[in-house]
Order: sequence, then structure tokens, then C-alpha cells
Amino acid sequence: MNIYAIRAIYKFEMARTFRTIAQSIISPVVSTSLYFVVFGSAIGSRMNDVDGISYGAFLVPGLIMLSILTESISNASFGIYFPRFIGTIYEILSAPVSPLEIVIGYVGAAASKSLMIGSIILATAALFVPLQILHPFTMLVFLVLTSITFSMFGFIIGIWADSFEKLQIIPLLIITPLTFLGGSFYSINMLPEVWQTITLFNPVVYLVSGFRWSFYEISDVDIITSLLMTGLFLFICSVFLYWIFKTGYRLKK
Amino acid sequence: MTSIIKIENLSKTYASGFQALRNINLEIREGEIIALLGPNGAGKTTLISIVCGIVNPSGGRVTIGGYDIVKDYRAARTMIGLVPQELATDAFETVTATFAFSRGVFGKKADPAHLEATLKALSLYDKKDSKIITLSGGMKRRVMIGKALSHEPRILFLDEPTAGVDVELRKDMWNVVRKLKESGVTIILTTHYIDEAEEMADRIGVINKGELILVEDKDVLMQKLGEKRLILHLTKPVTDLPAGLSAYRLELQNQGKSLVYTYDANQSESADIAHLLDAIAAAGIQFKDLETRQNSLEEIFVNLVKK
Repeated sequence: MNIYAIRAIYKFEMARTFRTIAQSIISPVVSTSLYFVVFGSAIGSRMNDVDGISYGAFLVPGLIMLSILTESISNASFGIYFPRFIGTIYEILSAPVSPLEIVIGYVGAAASKSLMIGSIILATAALFVPLQILHPFTMLVFLVLTSITFSMFGFIIGIWADSFEKLQIIPLLIITPLTFLGGSFYSINMLPEVWQTITLFNPVVYLVSGFRWSFYEISDVDIITSLLMTGLFLFICSVFLYWIFKTGYRLKK
Repeated sequence: MTSIIKIENLSKTYASGFQALRNINLEIREGEIIALLGPNGAGKTTLISIVCGIVNPSGGRVTIGGYDIVKDYRAARTMIGLVPQELATDAFETVTATFAFSRGVFGKKADPAHLEATLKALSLYDKKDSKIITLSGGMKRRVMIGKALSHEPRILFLDEPTAGVDVELRKDMWNVVRKLKESGVTIILTTHYIDEAEEMADRIGVINKGELILVEDKDVLMQKLGEKRLILHLTKPVTDLPAGLSAYRLELQNQGKSLVYTYDANQSESADIAHLLDAIAAAGIQFKDLETRQNSLEEIFVNLVKK
């Protein structure tokens, strides 16, 4: 294992985060905090409880998950797309570094950033709404698994994309709608039965549901199913990455 | 001298169907500077890219220091450093940070002493904390070389290293390359500047349309393929050559003011020249000065790729 290479990639990526701290960390935290202010404190106080939880508190896991998903994808996709775009990828490709080490470096950095942002949002949420975390270990598992999985997904997008427009298409047109419709702001039990069934095809439902369960022991789907679905998505991303490095897709001519 | 890189039957056909390399066989000797010459699209960069692991070959085999570039890619790649043609740098990073990154990805522990020595050798020490975006084009080119040297490679690939840099900087680069050679680094250089190859290389390889059409020691090549000319500047212009000189490849130029004798540099024609000068004197032709000229590498190269 080329530990120095993993460390170099990780440090380089993290350095960019801290160099652009306003964009990387402060901006997502501020925008998510606005959700808490508007939907939690302002509108939330006039809304009914959901499954016995105040609406503001109900929102917290979904909003954290929304940030984790979008930030993981955005950080990891940009992390690998940028060296491809400016041409510095030649150095990684010509270095004695394995695909696994490359993925650990880039995905590890992207997932770390997401975890940092998720933790800051969680702490911020506590300022606006009453919070309780009944299963902190499960919460951590979901947080870490989701960060890694969606950072891998972002890494795949960063390799697939051949323009900045394509880099944004999947996060904006697929991930954000899936997250909004995946029970971040409501329980899927509030939907008509037919929409409940359709919603179960949305993978984000399982992430939000499992994550929310770790806070309040309420969920739209069984916690084990949520964990298995997260694991399945991780597996699918791993298979894709294996194929990418095996074939050199969009990396090697 | 032992081979450090062995390229056997290497070929590359891109997905578009374009055959960039055709059955290349080449051995590169440890410690030498070999220059690969060829017109645009000849396959020079593809060859370098395959050896460095950036492009997948379609066929053939490459070993570096005895290690296969596919099976033993770690051991093989640890030995190489690459300076690509394009100025690809992390614009918002500092020089030191990019050097440290390069050393790290090549599996080497940080070494401040080596970092400092590299910065000084490339006259970048004053700029070590500057962001790359603030540097001039020539400085960026130095940064690219520094990055390639940051992990102390035994082999350095320089793909058009002086493209677009001014004359002074080019000479500076040549000095850097010479020092590297003195330290035992093997250098593979592609260039459009023939004078660069002429100045730097021990051996010359010519690639054209994906084929390696020639590899030769530079001096041997220039001797073998270089025609030589003896030019006599005459005291008085001559309109016709006397019959006694018809046995020699002579030509009157410059309105009869110069007499040019063309001969093969590879032949030992010194005796002929002595006889020629005697014959010229016997014909009553006098000259005030003489000079010899040899074909430049550029002329040799142009003749080769024209074929």
C-alpha cells in the first residue's frame, strides 16, 4: 500500500477545502441553517408534530442527509474532474499508485468534508430545534456509510463528466429532486398509498429513514432494510469504480 | 552501457482507428540522453505516454529497469518522472505544495533537503511560497520539471520541455538537463527544436507515421548522413570549370566567385581534397579563403521524414 500517495492526495484535497472555506464549509452550513430558521423555527411552530416529533426536529436528519448527499457528490466529483480538466491527472496516472489508493485518497477527502459539514449542521440544528439522538452509533454508521457511498458516486460522475455542465447535471437534476422527494421534509406515510409505493423506488428514502430512526426511532422503512440498501448502493458504486479503473474509462486513452 | 528501458513490438491503435504506433522496438541505455524527433502526430507523445502508464498499449511490451510496466507497474513507475508537453499545473497551489504532492504520490517520504535543492537548482527558491498562477510561463515550465524531479527519478521523460520558452530560459533548461545527466539520470527528450537535439542528445531516434525509422548515435548519424562541402572563395570569378577538374563533384556558385566541392563526410577523402587543391592550383585558379560546411541535423531530419 502506497500510504504516502494516499496521504498526499488526501492532504492536497483537504487543503483546497480550507483554502476555499467560505465556499466549501460556511456556505452549505449557512444555507442549511436557513432551512432550520424558516421551516423549523418560523413555519415549523405552526405545523403539527410528525409521529410525535416537532416538525423542526423532524427536519434535522433529512436536512443533514440532504447536505451530506449533495456535498459528497459535489466534492468528490470536482476533486477528480478538476485534475482531468486542467491536465494534472497525468501525474496520478503515471505514479506508482493503485486504483484503490486513488479512490481512498479522493473519496476519503470528500467524505471527510461531508462529515465535517454534517457535524457542523447537526451542532447548528441544536441551536434552533430540540434534538435527541437515541442511537448515536447507528447515526454515525449511516453518516459515514452515506458519505463514503455518495463520495464514490460523485467520483464516478467526476470521471464520466467531460464538461462542467455535466458535472452539475446529475446532482441538480437527479439527486436534489430525489432527496426532496425522499422524505427529507415529510414522512412518506403522509402521501397517498400509490405515491408511497412509488417513493419506495427512491433510494434516498432508505437513507433518510434509517438516519431519522437513529435520532427518534421513527422510520418509513425498516432500519435493517435501510442499512442493506445503503450497503447495496455502496456495492454498486464499488463495481462501477472497479470497471472504470479496469478499462481506463475516461482516464486513459 | 546497460539498457534501462526495453520497448518490444509496441503498437497503439486508438478507438478512432488511428494507428499511432507501429511495432516499435527500442532500447534506451542507462545514463544517456536520447532525443526523439518527428513531425506533429508522429507518435512521440503516445510512445512516452504508454511507457509512463498514461495510455494503454494495443500490443507489445515495455520494461523499465527490468520491471514490466503493467505487471510490476509500481516498481517500474517509481523510477520515472514525466514532464508533459502541456503546462498542466495546479494554479492555486504554491510551488512547495505541488512539489510535496508529487513526491508523496510517488511513494516517497517528505525530504525538506531535497525539496530545497530542487528549488534552488531550478532557480525557484524565491518563488517557493508563490501560487503557481502568479508565475510566468517559463517559471511554470520549471515547476513542471521540479515536480517530475521531486521523487528523485532515475529516468526523466521530457516531452517538448522548451516549447514556447525564450532563448535564455531554453539554455538554462539545457544546463539543468546536462546536470541531471551528470548525476546519472537517463533522459528521454522529444523536441521540435532540432538544435536542441543536436546540442543535448547522445542518440537520436526519428519517428514518422508511428514508425521508428531510425535510432543512431548522434555523431554517427551526422557523419553517416551528413554531406560535407568544401567552399573555396576565389580571388577572381571563374565562368567555366577547366577540363582538368571534371573528375570532381564541383560546382560554381555566387556568380563564379565560389567553387563548391561536395563530398561524403563518411568517406576518408582527405587525399582527394589534397589532390583537388593541387588540380585547382594547376588549373591556375586562385582562392583567398576556404571553409567547410556539414549538413545540420535539421537537414538530415527533413530528408528522412520526406522519404
